[in-house]
Amino acid sequence: MKATGFQSVASTFREIKSRAESQWRGLRDGGKSVIMVGAATCGRAAGALEVLQAIKRELKKQKLDCPVVEVGCMGHCYAEPIVTISKPGYPPICYRHVNPVIAERLVREFILGDDPCLEFVLAALEENDLVPSFSDFPRAKFEKKVILKNCGHIDPEQIEHYIANGGYSALAKALQMQPEEIIDEVKRSGLRGRGGAGFPTGQKWEICRNALGKPKYVICNGDEGDPGAFMDRAILESDPHSVLEGMLIAGYAIGARYGYIYVRAEYPLAVRRARIALRQARKLNLLGRNILGSDFSFDIKLFQGSGAFVCGEETALIASLEGEPGIPCYRPPYPATNGLYGKPTVINNVKTLVSISHIVQNGAEWFASVGTERSKGTAVFALAGKVINTGLAEVPMGTTLRQVIFDVGSGIPGGKRFKAVQIGGPSGGCLPESALDLPIDFDSLTDAGAMMGSGGMIVLDEDDCMVEISRYFLEFTQRESCGKCTFCRLGTKQMLEVLAEITKGKGKIEDLDMLSQLAEDIKAGSLCGLGKTAPNPVLSTLRYFRDEYEAHIKEGRCPALMCQELIAYYIVPEKCERSCDACVGTCTVEAISSHPKKRYKIIDQEKCVKCGTCVTSCPPQYNAIVKLSPPGQVPASK
Amino acid sequence: MDTLGSRAVFVKLPQRPADNGLHRYAHYHIIQLAAMVMTEEQAKVKQQTKRILNRFGRKRGNLIPVLQKVQGKLGYLPREAMLEIAEFLDIPEIDVYSVVTFYNQFRLNPPGRHSIRVCLGTACHMKGGYITLDAWKRRLEIDRGQTTPDREFDLDTVACVGCCVMAPVTVVDNKPQGKVEPTKVDGILLSFKLEKERQGEESR
Ligand SMILES: Cc1cc2nc3c(=O)[nH]c(=O)nc-3n(C[C@H](O)[C@H](O)[C@H](O)COP(=O)(O)O)c2cc1C
Ligand code: FES
Repeated sequence: MKATGFQSVASTFREIKSRAESQWRGLRDGGKSVIMVGAATCGRAAGALEVLQAIKRELKKQKLDCPVVEVGCMGHCYAEPIVTISKPGYPPICYRHVNPVIAERLVREFILGDDPCLEFVLAALEENDLVPSFSDFPRAKFEKKVILKNCGHIDPEQIEHYIANGGYSALAKALQMQPEEIIDEVKRSGLRGRGGAGFPTGQKWEICRNALGKPKYVICNGDEGDPGAFMDRAILESDPHSVLEGMLIAGYAIGARYGYIYVRAEYPLAVRRARIALRQARKLNLLGRNILGSDFSFDIKLFQGSGAFVCGEETALIASLEGEPGIPCYRPPYPATNGLYGKPTVINNVKTLVSISHIVQNGAEWFASVGTERSKGTAVFALAGKVINTGLAEVPMGTTLRQVIFDVGSGIPGGKRFKAVQIGGPSGGCLPESALDLPIDFDSLTDAGAMMGSGGMIVLDEDDCMVEISRYFLEFTQRESCGKCTFCRLGTKQMLEVLAEITKGKGKIEDLDMLSQLAEDIKAGSLCGLGKTAPNPVLSTLRYFRDEYEAHIKEGRCPALMCQELIAYYIVPEKCERSCDACVGTCTVEAISSHPKKRYKIIDQEKCVKCGTCVTSCPPQYNAIVKLSPPGQVPASK
Repeated sequence: MDTLGSRAVFVKLPQRPADNGLHRYAHYHIIQLAAMVMTEEQAKVKQQTKRILNRFGRKRGNLIPVLQKVQGKLGYLPREAMLEIAEFLDIPEIDVYSVVTFYNQFRLNPPGRHSIRVCLGTACHMKGGYITLDAWKRRLEIDRGQTTPDREFDLDTVACVGCCVMAPVTVVDNKPQGKVEPTKVDGILLSFKLEKERQGEESR
């Protein structure tokens, strides 16, 4: 095209970048200690804002003038609130589980004094002789941060931080390429959509570029309706500009004029940070008319989703953007040709879009060198449930489940036994121990009966009931079904009722075959992915944990001691200390009393609501309260 | 004027009653929200809604953002507000109502002074979120989706607020609190009670 245009893009961007870099250098090499507080939702829930205030207060009291920066989530959510202090002469050190008291001590003893308070250290960011660094963690061997590269290391509310760390360089580079070249690059990289289905992104873009109709749209799918996933939230909160950059490149490649970021309203912080990012990008002319002096114009609007799982489905999402109830439509035509307001539209997941700038910047070959034959790049998981290192993990595709759970996640807490891992949320399935050595990619998970889905990974241990978890997911999909397809609307309801009966010990053995049959029918008779995948949690647990279903049905017993109707709490008289009243005092419904003569405690089974509070209150040296299943095992009190 | 109030429509009930399998579409339900809004409030609601509407274009695509803004201001979506919105966007009233009842975010009854949202996402559920919900229900003596008669608390559930790490989570007045088990439920309620007593004393 026009050589002059390209030149001006390069020089305009160089100017922006050098300004950002000098600001970043001023922060890093200003000769002062820099304090970074992880203040994403996970940090805030753990009390990061109180820590932030305590630090500011103490700095003022000590008359210190150090920059305090709010950063996002590093992925080590188990250790929140995390504070990172970079003091000249020391490596940047992360502190874990910081509370206001520790925060004040850090200011006094480390920043003012010279004692790095080693007892609170999580790790250092760089290798050094003083404290172990993150790269010494066993998980470092398995992790590879691409999408999460900046998360937790920059202030998400300052565009300069992002630019100084390489941000928007890919956009500047892309604007100097032909759109077709970019699409070709993305195609060669082998990138597949991270929204669940794994559709090749380059191919989607090409279809959209070639489709007739104007204006074209780019939509970033940040709905993240899976009730156990939080990667997209973390990215939007910690590094919103990386999402904008991906959208801009997508917009340029397909010839779009407008973009929408669709974020759940339940994520207020992500919404706020994305808004700020948009404003800042507009100010630097990274959004708007003639971006960086090129003839590419693009603008992005933020749209808050109103809480409906089905709105993550692309056609439902479009309906919701148009102001309608989020009900999916039949495809084809796909949104790539007939999308928002009937115009060609590319919809991509947050992580897909973040990957784009890395591909443009480092080349398709670099991206394709990571991962497996058919799934390239890295996978981001939200690790939660019964695992020690809950948080975010990014690993190359092809890493095994065992490595993710036991090496990155450090295994199961409390010495319990691993039972299963739930992947892909309501569309996914539960995989047992025998599947742990499965290399993770789109196809292997589907073959095993789970699904990549959104990337939620919930680890379950021996205390988790597999019937209950499938009932839980079915209850979720049943409620979230939009009601359009009969099979999905009524079939899930039937399955849910059968499952609920089983968890109450009222199931029949024929029910199991009926469940499988219903599951197949729902899969066949539903229009969108919600119905097509809703039975997966049930099918996979039936496949791998049939014995648990049978125990519920035949013996009225819940092997994991979880289903409330099938358990009872019981205080073993021989173990009860008798003069201790801990359980009596904590019982939330006053169901515990002392035996009139022998003084040991007795639970009134009629009153007991099975909340389990007494178990935690019983001092560990007595450990007198047990759960029994079936409840009939409780001996009649004498 | 009474078009919305007297028409039988297909909706999901606001409080998610015992499901009968027919789901979002098939409850024949006559809305009688008028009873909930007092007349002095009506005029105010209308006025506030109008002020918000003036900031938006008359485009159908603006329906959800408008509803979000109005709910953000009023705490819920009273009938007067919905009528006003329908008129402004020039769409049938029933369209407004069907969108409001489709999405979990919108509520038709006034909120309490404190909002309690129990997370029932996967991680929270497996770590006993349902037990926490039971504890809230027992203490507040209301079901999910309801407000206490003194309008002090309203109770609802959410599906994952993104801090599964602290499961079970309850979002109290928009602040996620981690590890909320039945004893912590009592603790939170006690702190509200103490605060109220202190305020009462100060105002005296
Ligand atoms: C019920 C349902 C829920 C979905 N939820 C999401 C979601 O929360 N986030 C997402 O990115 N994609 C979701 N998807 C997938 C989208 O329909 C779509 O495939 C995806 O956004 C395309 O982006 P990608 O090519 O980058 O993967 C969902 C699909 C279904 C059927
Ligand atoms: S499941 Fe409760 S916060 Fe995620």
